[in-house]
Amino acid sequence: MPYIADAPVLSRREVGPGCFLVELEAPAVAQDAVPGQFVHVRVSTTLDPFLRRPLSIHRVDTRRGTISLLFQVVGRGTALLAGMRPGERLNILGPLGRGFTVLPPSRDLVLVAGGIGVAPLFFLAERLLGAGHRVTLLHGARTQAYLLLADEFATLPLTYLQATDDGSTGIRGTAVDAFAGLERRPDFVYAAGPMPMLAALAAAVRAVRLGAEFSLEERMGCGVGACMCCSFKSREGEGWAYRRVCVEGPVYPAEKVVWE
Amino acid sequence: MMAATAVRLGPLVLRNPVIAASGTFGFLLEYMPYVDPQELGAVVLKTVTLEPRTGNPPPRIAETPAGLLNAVGLQNPGVDALIEHVLPLLREYSVPVIVSIAGFTVEEFYILAARLSAVPGIAALELNISCPNVEAGGTAFGVDPDMAAAAVAAARRGTALPLIAKLTPNTADIAAVARRVVKAGADVVALINTLKGMAIDLVHRRPLLGNVFGGLSGPAIKPVALRAVWEVYEAVDVPIIGMGGITTWQDAVEFILAGATAVGVGSANLVNPRATAEIAAGISRYLAENHVEDLSTLVGAAHRWEGNRGRA
Repeated sequence: MPYIADAPVLSRREVGPGCFLVELEAPAVAQDAVPGQFVHVRVSTTLDPFLRRPLSIHRVDTRRGTISLLFQVVGRGTALLAGMRPGERLNILGPLGRGFTVLPPSRDLVLVAGGIGVAPLFFLAERLLGAGHRVTLLHGARTQAYLLLADEFATLPLTYLQATDDGSTGIRGTAVDAFAGLERRPDFVYAAGPMPMLAALAAAVRAVRLGAEFSLEERMGCGVGACMCCSFKSREGEGWAYRRVCVEGPVYPAEKVVWE
Repeated sequence: MMAATAVRLGPLVLRNPVIAASGTFGFLLEYMPYVDPQELGAVVLKTVTLEPRTGNPPPRIAETPAGLLNAVGLQNPGVDALIEHVLPLLREYSVPVIVSIAGFTVEEFYILAARLSAVPGIAALELNISCPNVEAGGTAFGVDPDMAAAAVAAARRGTALPLIAKLTPNTADIAAVARRVVKAGADVVALINTLKGMAIDLVHRRPLLGNVFGGLSGPAIKPVALRAVWEVYEAVDVPIIGMGGITTWQDAVEFILAGATAVGVGSANLVNPRATAEIAAGISRYLAENHVEDLSTLVGAAHRWEGNRGRA
């Protein structure tokens, strides 16, 4: 059951160039959320910008009753969010959408993150580790500076591999290249990142007949399945149909997505 | 005795004047976690067509200053799926359900209205005449008074249910269209639908929406909508459902004063899932605080202001 709440901002810090981590007090959301779900955030208390912004839940702390959001400033809305100060309140709606499937233990699982797509994967990694899985995180970004929260991922008991486009750290290349270079075939793959990256990863995953779940993105309206704006193509029988990122996603089986 | 907030919309009586507008409230069920149906005057379901429709390619939405463009393209499961799978689920909710229909030919308006006539639990039909008329080269029915009247007359032949004609502002003279649809049998007119617009993607140097054009809605269009309601109020005698950018109860009361008997809340639902309920509660408070015992006394009251006499 989603909540509507005016969540107090507890902290905000810049964790990469134009990338911010905001912690909110939202006990009910923290309690109910599963990895891969998102909150729909009002970035203004006035009429402009008008729409909410969907942001995946980066991390929850059920003991303290908080959730963290990790985002990159891409426009006016995210710029306003980045300007929030501790003590101010942010209207959030959530948790929304379908999250990642946590498989029964104990498997070899690979998490693939591209750029800001790493946002939902901290929460997922924690839950997968807690469920007794062996986890490898392939973290790709433009440069070292965009490998967000690398220090925090390094504290988790997982295998942590980095890839940068310019080779400033880790392998030179993308997270998908890092996936292709894996020596052991995992049991399942989880990923989040820009759609072109996910399309390339879907092809790589299909080639080795692996199951995978990806977190999808599309411009969104209501967030609750009513307005039909955030559509993507899903394979259905012999053909395809539009499905909603906000309800049937954002996490969706990779093999069912029609990549364009 | 009716509550102060109750309104009579032609043959319909609503417990309050706030109606969830078509296309922004899904098939009602999507909003049940947020709104008690008893808080709503009525709900207009997302438009259905004779055949299922896939809808437009994404992106389907673009934010604009104080508003948004949408180009969903009437994605819907078709009228038969609505009748079989959706309407039976809605009967347990205590709220008048208005079904929105769109035809691509005059005949389709007749078939849709006739088919829905036989289904229990429908309070009224809303005719979405902003869709293209394929027999007239794709011009929207509502743009042209003759075509709009033909669509309404066809639906009228098909049903005895109350008919609401939803008018588009993308026309030379919306009052002229209103007069014609009333003559053709509309019991109520609803206005305005979205304004045709577009957005450009600066990075890729192309139209942003998959469909190139979209419909503009939200607070940005409120003044246009108010003007349209004002003009139509002076042109016809049937009740008006006023809408276009209503996000607060104050907006709603402005529409009522301009001539609306009820109001539609659309884009605001996308931002605040409780917008309809909060606006209804605000109107109720306003009536109590101002000792208004019957909301209908406010309908069109702004037309009766002192300075309006002798206005050219």
